[in-house]
Amino acid sequence: MKQFQYIRPATQQSVLDAITKPGTKILAGGSNLIDLMKRGVTSPDKLVDIQKLPLRGISQNKGNVMTVSVGALELNSAVAENKIIKESFPLLSMALNAGASPQLRNMATVGGNMMQRTRCTYFYDTAMPCNKREPNSGCGAMEGINRMHAIFGTSEKCIAVHPSDMCVALAALDASVEVKSKKGTRYIPFTEFHRLPGETPQLDNTLATGELITRVIIPHNNFAKNSYYLKVRDRSSYAFALISVAVGLDIRGGNINEARLAMGGVAHKPWRLKAAEQFLKGKPATVANFEEAASLAMQGAKSFGHNDFKLKMAPASIIEALSNAAKLS
Amino acid sequence: MKDLDKGFQADENHEPKENARRDFLKKSSLLTAVALTPGVAVKAAENHLDEKVAAAFEKMPVNITVNGKAHKLSIEPRVTLLDLLREQLHLTGTKKGCDYGQCGACTVHVDGQRVNSCLTLAMTVDGKKVTTIEGLAKGDELHPMQEAFIKHDGFQCGYCTPGQIMSAVACIREGHADSETEIREYMSGNICRCGAYPNIVNAIQEVKNGGQQV
Repeated sequence: MKQFQYIRPATQQSVLDAITKPGTKILAGGSNLIDLMKRGVTSPDKLVDIQKLPLRGISQNKGNVMTVSVGALELNSAVAENKIIKESFPLLSMALNAGASPQLRNMATVGGNMMQRTRCTYFYDTAMPCNKREPNSGCGAMEGINRMHAIFGTSEKCIAVHPSDMCVALAALDASVEVKSKKGTRYIPFTEFHRLPGETPQLDNTLATGELITRVIIPHNNFAKNSYYLKVRDRSSYAFALISVAVGLDIRGGNINEARLAMGGVAHKPWRLKAAEQFLKGKPATVANFEEAASLAMQGAKSFGHNDFKLKMAPASIIEALSNAAKLS
Repeated sequence: MKDLDKGFQADENHEPKENARRDFLKKSSLLTAVALTPGVAVKAAENHLDEKVAAAFEKMPVNITVNGKAHKLSIEPRVTLLDLLREQLHLTGTKKGCDYGQCGACTVHVDGQRVNSCLTLAMTVDGKKVTTIEGLAKGDELHPMQEAFIKHDGFQCGYCTPGQIMSAVACIREGHADSETEIREYMSGNICRCGAYPNIVNAIQEVKNGGQQV
């Protein structure tokens, strides 16, 4: 690991002052950043450890719209086990528990989970070309071993996927992200936080230099009874998703009043299935309708050889996740 | 030198006298560490009020309690908790497997929570309490989980065992050991390439069902 400066500011203002400089990275749980630094994928000059900031806590806010606020430094394990989260958003709890290992969930924070980089092996291997790690060096995955790679929203430059489970659930739950900088506070819809690779795959998200994630806000919904997170992977635990599906259904008298669907392991960002959601709205919760929704969701999918299997596995996973959420299976 | 010799006496009690190689490595690495500490830099950082600052080549002060013993140390910011435990404190029970957070061999408890020490910068453990495999037994009396691993043959080569045991203790404390399925899920961060999993699950179930204090 290359040498770096380490600071641990006690105030948010000191952090905001420190992170405006290029070459500076924020350190929260470190479960991904330290890994990347050890491998030489990233080599910051300076680490700003933000663990002293008071960005923990999960609270309910009763305003015009009931929301739950989750501090950016709250641990993944603490969020997954939290009573409010388990009761109001079991989907988030399920997704968090499907990710990483108990040890890593005890280290990883909510903000850090959002900022984790892709696990594309070409991104990690510094001997290989990668447009994300080294802009305009080429893409090793496009014609390489791309079994884990994207089928939606890819570009000529990058076919990597975002590895998070938590983010797939938060995208489905219409969460928003509070970020602060020296200019003030702004809110980013969760589905617009991560971005597609386009011409600039080095940018994973829409966070600007100098901005700090402070909390995630989740609006109340009626999906708690009919939620499901399905994760398909190479071993039954502690592996990244080949395909994952987050489902939230509001079912009234057998009919779907509202549906939320997002997928992981298929794109550079959590992939919301808006067309399928629209189709399901107002329809009976039946396998036939779920099949139709899955087929709509797959429009525009494109595979790259080793990941051709995802074109079949993805719709099958959508149907299974919907059936589980609706308690049909 | 006198203090150094004293510091190693405790270790020699646990190891056969002829095991001189590790002892030599321990002594020489400690001497190097002491020689390289710039005292002035440490003082300057200690005096800083609201934040700790270190230039790239400086060592920084860090206070860590390991297995009940308080340590005042000075380290480079890039030192991981795993390397600090093994190289500076000579607690070699915690193992370096993958060094990338994928195998769990380095599992320790920080303020009671299990974490991967290989992905934890030692600086971030400042002021916290660390428990390693060496801290589980009470003198000559093994921890119930250590006893159970021996009884059920929860290992072959033994390399992953310290991490497995630290994780197993946490698994019960967290309340995630109610069934075989749950144990397997919540022990998934510890890989055993010898494949001793069924015996590890049996050991955990025995301790859990025995209702012993873990």
